[in-house]
Amino acid sequence: MTGWLQPHRVVMMALALSLLLWSALSLRWDWLADYAPLMVEGIWNTIWILVVTSVLGMVLAIPLGLAQAAGPWYLAAPARAFCTVIRGTPLLLQLWLLYYGLGSLFPQFPWIRQSELWPILRQAWPYAVLALTLSFAGYEGEVMRGAFKGVPRGQLEAAKAMGMPRFTILRRIWLPQAVQRALPTLGGETVLQLKATPLVATITVLDIYAVSSRVRQDTFIVYEPLLLLAVVYMCITGLIVLGFRQLERRVPQRVA
Amino acid sequence: MKRLLALAAAATLALSGAALAQQIKVGIAAEPYPPFASPDAAGNWTGWEIDFINAVCAAGAMDCVITPVAWDGIIPSLTSGQIDVIMASMSITEERAQTIDFSDKYYKTPALVAVARGSGITPDAAGLSGKILGVQASTTHADYAQKHFAGAAAEIKIYQTQDEAFQDLVAGRIDATQADSIAVDAFLATEAGQACCEAVGAVADDPEILGAGVGAGVRKGEAELLARINAAIAKVIADGTYDRISAPYFASSIYGG
Amino acid sequence: MDSLIAASGLGPALDLLALSPPGWGGNLLRGLVNSIQIALGAFGLGLLIGLLGAYGKLYGGPVIRDLLAVYTTIVRAVPELILILILYYAVTDALNQFLVASGYARIQISGVMAGIAVLGIVQGAYATEVLRGAILAVPAGQIEAARAFGMPPVMLARRITLPAMLAFALPGLANLWLIATKDTALLAVVGFAELTLETRQAAGATKAYFTFFLAAGLLYLLISLVSGQVFGWLERRARRGEPGVGGGGR
Repeated sequence: MTGWLQPHRVVMMALALSLLLWSALSLRWDWLADYAPLMVEGIWNTIWILVVTSVLGMVLAIPLGLAQAAGPWYLAAPARAFCTVIRGTPLLLQLWLLYYGLGSLFPQFPWIRQSELWPILRQAWPYAVLALTLSFAGYEGEVMRGAFKGVPRGQLEAAKAMGMPRFTILRRIWLPQAVQRALPTLGGETVLQLKATPLVATITVLDIYAVSSRVRQDTFIVYEPLLLLAVVYMCITGLIVLGFRQLERRVPQRVA
Repeated sequence: MKRLLALAAAATLALSGAALAQQIKVGIAAEPYPPFASPDAAGNWTGWEIDFINAVCAAGAMDCVITPVAWDGIIPSLTSGQIDVIMASMSITEERAQTIDFSDKYYKTPALVAVARGSGITPDAAGLSGKILGVQASTTHADYAQKHFAGAAAEIKIYQTQDEAFQDLVAGRIDATQADSIAVDAFLATEAGQACCEAVGAVADDPEILGAGVGAGVRKGEAELLARINAAIAKVIADGTYDRISAPYFASSIYGG
Repeated sequence: MDSLIAASGLGPALDLLALSPPGWGGNLLRGLVNSIQIALGAFGLGLLIGLLGAYGKLYGGPVIRDLLAVYTTIVRAVPELILILILYYAVTDALNQFLVASGYARIQISGVMAGIAVLGIVQGAYATEVLRGAILAVPAGQIEAARAFGMPPVMLARRITLPAMLAFALPGLANLWLIATKDTALLAVVGFAELTLETRQAAGATKAYFTFFLAAGLLYLLISLVSGQVFGWLERRARRGEPGVGGGGR
C-alpha cells in the first residue's frame, strides 16, 4: 500500500479531486433531478442491450469459429466471408442498413404488416439487437477461430483414441479449452461492445446516450451531460473488467 | 484586450459595409431539409434557404461561407466558434434566446401533423392517444410534442433528421409526425408521400414553444454582426428579392403574419 | 428473392450510383476520399502519440507513467462517439477562449483538422499499448548489445528498437488502421462530410436507402480488403530474415 501511495500520486489524486469538486460546484447540475428517471431507464436499456447482444453474439461466434477452424470448405468459406464483411464495414452503416434499408423494404409486403410480428418489427430495438449481435459474432468468430486452433491436437487425438463420440469431444474437451483461451480477450471485446452501444441512439433507441442527447437538446447544456455520460461508461467498463477478472479466476488455469 | 477590440471595431467601421476582413461562416444543418436546404447529386447545397442566405450575404456585403454542421449540435457549434451564424430554419424561442441571440424573423409557417392515409388521427392529444409520434431532435416540434402529447401518445420517437421521421412514417413504424408545414407539404408531394400519407392540419398554437418564426442566430454579444444581418434581411424583403427567391419554391409567401 | 431484387430496383440503382451529377456516385467517392484522408491523418497522429506514449510508459518517470495510464484508461473506457463530441465542441471552445483571452483572434478549425485531432487522440491510446507490447517483445539482448557499444538513445531507437519491433507491432497496427477507417463514420454525428454522411444525404434525397448503404458498405469493405493485403505484405517484409515464422521454416 505504501508503495502505491507515492507523493506524485497524492498530488494527482488531489488534482482529480479538486477537478471533481470544481465540476460539481461550478457546472450546472440542476437538470439531474428532472432527468433522473429517464437516465435510469437509459442505463437499463444500455445494459440489457449489451448483455443480450454479447451472449447471443457469443452463441453465434462458436459455430462461426468452429466452421473456420475445422469445418469443410462449404461451411468455412461463408463463415469467413461473414466475419470479413462484419469486420470490414462500420457498425453505424450496418445499423442503418438494417433499420432504414431493410425497414424501408418491409412496407412493400402487405403480409408483413398484417403479420403477428409487425408490432415487434416496427420497433427499433430488434434492429439494434440484431445489428449488435451480428457485429459481436463477427469479431468473436475470429477470436474463436484462433482459440479452437490453439487447442493442442494431441488432446483431441487422445480423446478420439479413447473412443469418445465427436460431439462429446467438442463439449468436454475442445470447447472448454477454446473458451478458456478466448477468455482474456473476451473482457476487452465486451468493453468494445459496450462502446458500440451508443450507436443505437441514431435509430431512436432510448439508451443512456440518447438520454444525454435529450438533456443537451432540451436545456442547451452541452458539456455536463457528456461528462456524466463518460463517467457512466467508465463505471460500466469497470464493472465488466472486474466481472471478467472474477470469471477468469474461477476458470481453472490448468487441469492437473 | 480592450484596445484590440476598439481597434477591430475601428477597422470594421473603416471598411463600413465593404467587406469584413474575415469570412463569415453561415451554419446550416448537414442533414437534408428540403425544400429549404439539401445537397444535390453534384455535392452543392440548394434550396430556398440557401438562396436566401446568398441574398442576405450579398445585401449585407458579407463574405459568407456556407458550412454544414450537425443539426443536433448546431448551437454548440455556434457557441464554440465553429460557425458564426446559424441560418437553418431555426425557430426563435425564448429557451434558445437564453443561449444565443436571434435576428428578426425571416419566415414563419405553421406546424402540421402528417399521418398514414385514412388513419383518422387528429392533430391533438385525443387524436394521438395511444399512437406513436415521431419528431426531429432539437426542434420546436419535439418540445411541443413533449409538452402537449407526452401524456397521451404511446411513445414519442426522436429522430436525428425529419427525413428519417418521414421515412419511418412511410415504413409504418410511427403513426404520425409533427413538422413544419413546408417540410410536410414537400414530403407529401413525393411519390412515397403521396402513396401513404396525408396532412391532418396544424396543431393548436403555443407561441411560447413554437416561437415567433424563423431567424438567424448569432453568439450573444455580437451586436454589430446582428445589426448587419437584420439590415440585410430587411433590405432583401424590401427590394423584392425575397419574393423573387420564393416564387420557384412556394405558391404563397411564407413570411407569415 | 426475385421480388427482393425488384423491390430494391437493381436497374435504377446503378443509375443512382453513376459518377456524374444525376447519379450520386461522385458524392460517395468524395466522401470516401475525405474518410481516407482523415483516417490517414488520424492513424499518423495516433502512431506519433503511441510512440511517445510507449516510450513514456517504458522509460518515463513515475509521473509520466501514471499520466499515460490515466490517458489510455479513459480513452479506452469511454465510447469514441462521446470522446468525439467532447473533443470536438469542448476543445475547440477552450482553444478559442484561450486565444481570445491572450489577445489573439479566434481561429476556425476545419472539419478535417478536428476529425484528425479527435480520432488521432483516440488512436494514440490504443497505439501506445500496441507499441509498448511490441517494444517489450524485442529481445533484450539486442538492445543491451547496442547500449554496450555506446549507441546514443535516439540512434538506438531508430536503428535497433523500431525496426526490430515492427514485425511484432504490425498485426496490432493493422487492426488500428481498420478501426481508424471505420471510426471516421462516427464523424457523421458532428456533420462532417465523410462517406457515411454523404451516404445518408444521398439516401435521404433519393429515398434509395438500401442501394446507398450497400454501396457504401462495399466501399468500406474494399478499403479493408486492400489494407489487409498491404499490411500482409508489410508484415512479410518486416519478418524477412526471421527464422521459421509462418510455417515456412526448415
